[in-house]
Amino acid sequence: MKKNLLAPGHSACAGCGESLAIRLVLNAAGENIIVANATGCSEIFTSNYPLSAWEVPWIHSLFENTAAVASGIEAALKVSGRKSEAKVIAQGGDGGMADIGLQALSGMWERWHDVLSVCYDNEGYMNTGIQRSGLTPLDTKTTTTPPGKFSWGNYRPKKNLPLIAAAHGIPYVAVTTVAYPRDIEEKVQKAIKIEGPKYIQIYSPCPLGWRSEPSQTIEIARLAVETGIYPVYEMINGKITSAKKFSKLKPVEEFLKLQGRFSHLFTKEGGDEEIKKIQKIADDNINQFDMILKDGEELQKE
Amino acid sequence: MELTLGLVAGPGTSRANKTGTWRVERPLFLNIKCVACDLCIMLCPEGIIDSNNERYFADLNYCKGCGICAHECPVKDIMMVKEEK
Amino acid sequence: MEKLWEGSRAIAETIKMCRPKVISAYPITPQTHIVESLSQLAADGDLVAEFINVESEHSAASVVLGASATGARTYTATTSQGLLLMLEVLYNIAGMRLPVVMTCANRAVSAPLSIWNDQQDSFTARDSGWIQLYAEDSQEACDLHLMAYRIAEDKRIMLPVMVCLDGFFISHTFEPVEPFEEENVKQFLPDYQPLHYLTPKNPLTFGSFAEPDKYTEARYIIHRTLEESKMVIRETAEDFKKVFGRGGGDLVEDYFLEDADFAFVAMGSIIGSLKDLVDKLREKGEKVGILKIISFRPFPGKEITTALEGIEKIAVLEKAVSLGSGGILVKEVKESFYGRKKTPQINGFIVGLGGRDIPQDSLENIYREFHQGSGDASFVDLNYELLGGK
Repeated sequence: MKKNLLAPGHSACAGCGESLAIRLVLNAAGENIIVANATGCSEIFTSNYPLSAWEVPWIHSLFENTAAVASGIEAALKVSGRKSEAKVIAQGGDGGMADIGLQALSGMWERWHDVLSVCYDNEGYMNTGIQRSGLTPLDTKTTTTPPGKFSWGNYRPKKNLPLIAAAHGIPYVAVTTVAYPRDIEEKVQKAIKIEGPKYIQIYSPCPLGWRSEPSQTIEIARLAVETGIYPVYEMINGKITSAKKFSKLKPVEEFLKLQGRFSHLFTKEGGDEEIKKIQKIADDNINQFDMILKDGEELQKE
Repeated sequence: MELTLGLVAGPGTSRANKTGTWRVERPLFLNIKCVACDLCIMLCPEGIIDSNNERYFADLNYCKGCGICAHECPVKDIMMVKEEK
Repeated sequence: MEKLWEGSRAIAETIKMCRPKVISAYPITPQTHIVESLSQLAADGDLVAEFINVESEHSAASVVLGASATGARTYTATTSQGLLLMLEVLYNIAGMRLPVVMTCANRAVSAPLSIWNDQQDSFTARDSGWIQLYAEDSQEACDLHLMAYRIAEDKRIMLPVMVCLDGFFISHTFEPVEPFEEENVKQFLPDYQPLHYLTPKNPLTFGSFAEPDKYTEARYIIHRTLEESKMVIRETAEDFKKVFGRGGGDLVEDYFLEDADFAFVAMGSIIGSLKDLVDKLREKGEKVGILKIISFRPFPGKEITTALEGIEKIAVLEKAVSLGSGGILVKEVKESFYGRKKTPQINGFIVGLGGRDIPQDSLENIYREFHQGSGDASFVDLNYELLGGK
């Protein structure tokens, strides 16, 4: 059995997409890494002193400074002639990377540190009790965007962090999901070999926050891609070089109906109009990433 | 236990925390129709599924019973069964 | 041979001698000349270090945190708003027991915005677990930086050290300083040997969280270590004297206290002005002295009461204030005397906020009209016209 670099005994919820994604990233990157981790679920469920689930050198400092801590690690390795000793990974949830940590992350990309940044996107502040983040999608029910007489939940679509990353001119940006473990492996292994800043965003369902069945974590992640809600793609030097394609995309209802965070769209009057808005977001993604297979194109095997 | 400087902890020490006690259902690997695709190994959030001579099993010390392995098995060769205490 | 250097240049030349491997900073007046000088030293190859220009002070502190945890000697510098922005990281660095050394070129805090000197900024970090040393002049600022690395990296301590120097009064003033000889510095401050650091060779976990059954002990250890650091600071100062032949660097320093019946207590560059005043008063036969506090954290309570033994009147001058409470230093000095049978009269005076000049006359008035003062927060030289006459 290949050694898992995230040990069991961590206290992530059953069916946690993030713990799965982290294990896949670490195993793909290998033992010669140093990980800087933002505050959040992944930090809490792995590092209850004196217990640690990490089999690799790991540091947690604060919520918003992970990229800066990683910059310091990389600088120290470089100046001490220890660059070959380890690759550096800066990681966290969408709160830590896309919201409160975005400034430090932008600084790290712009300064061109040789660091792989990974955002485990579970679309909200799950560790504090499922509040809305900048990556929470349209019409999501969270504890700070509850649907009500005057609300359908979160009133804005999610921020496009991969595009923000690409705007820094960094050589590699990729989006993937826990539904495609081999894709995670390939993208991490590709990214880590590239000198300079890299960004990978991994769709990581949260059964607790999304009010979904723990056993359906992978299915929901897969449906997010198969409906066009969450396109899986790669950008090399700022250009989209590959995107996951399908012969036919599924309607967004199939994705939405499995999650309690969207249940109000099916029970509240006028919900069908909101679902149309979400379908429009998916359709725009399908067009932008050219997600429908043309004649002669082959389905990528997963 | 004396606190270490800066509360630095040792690797993989979380193994002392046997999360298997959380479980209400456990996976039963039938090992009948299994095509050895390893998807269950890959998709287990705890990383505690392994195989031995094409027989698959989970380390029940840690299995939280999430059911992903059973749900994702392409040949439905894993069943979730109620944990009896 | 002495050099006539701007304070910032003198600090930069000292830091070069200390051989930090990673430096990270964000520009803010009046810290800028220090990091500009260091950038030039790095650009010219006179300093072999990674110089990381970051996008905020929060990141500057975080970069040195990461680098220090990776086993490198580090340096950063800031002031005022920058220090306030760093504050969260400063607590974290101390809690993680990382021997970072930084300079605070003391400056007022907003609002209203003021780029000028006082010590309200570093006072906000007094509870963070950092050792805080305050310099009287450029020479002492240089000496304290060198000692700071020795103290921080001492295996009995492993805590960060902040060297505070008054913005402009020290950072931008040209003063003669004795440069360090490389050989002496290497003897006094060998290369940093971390106890543990981030490496795949020994994959440790840094920055765990602690449940309530361990948190108190984790904080207590830092407090206890700061108490113990008094001894290490004194030892280091003595060793410094042996190697460099200069004094300074102890926890406190006294000036004409032996026979004094009145003492000023203060920190930083104001000591220079007070010395001039005391010299003048002594010529007239008046028994006045000064207690300079170098180490604000750890707070040298015992050393203060010993040095001020038998003195009846004590004026504590500080360039900071706890709004809604009063002087900060004065309360700690008073607390040091608590429980004694005979306690001196101790009054607190807030001076020099936001760069307000502190003329000799004002200092002499504090002495002459001490009996009129009371309490912890006499704001010196208030302009009542600005206060509507009230």
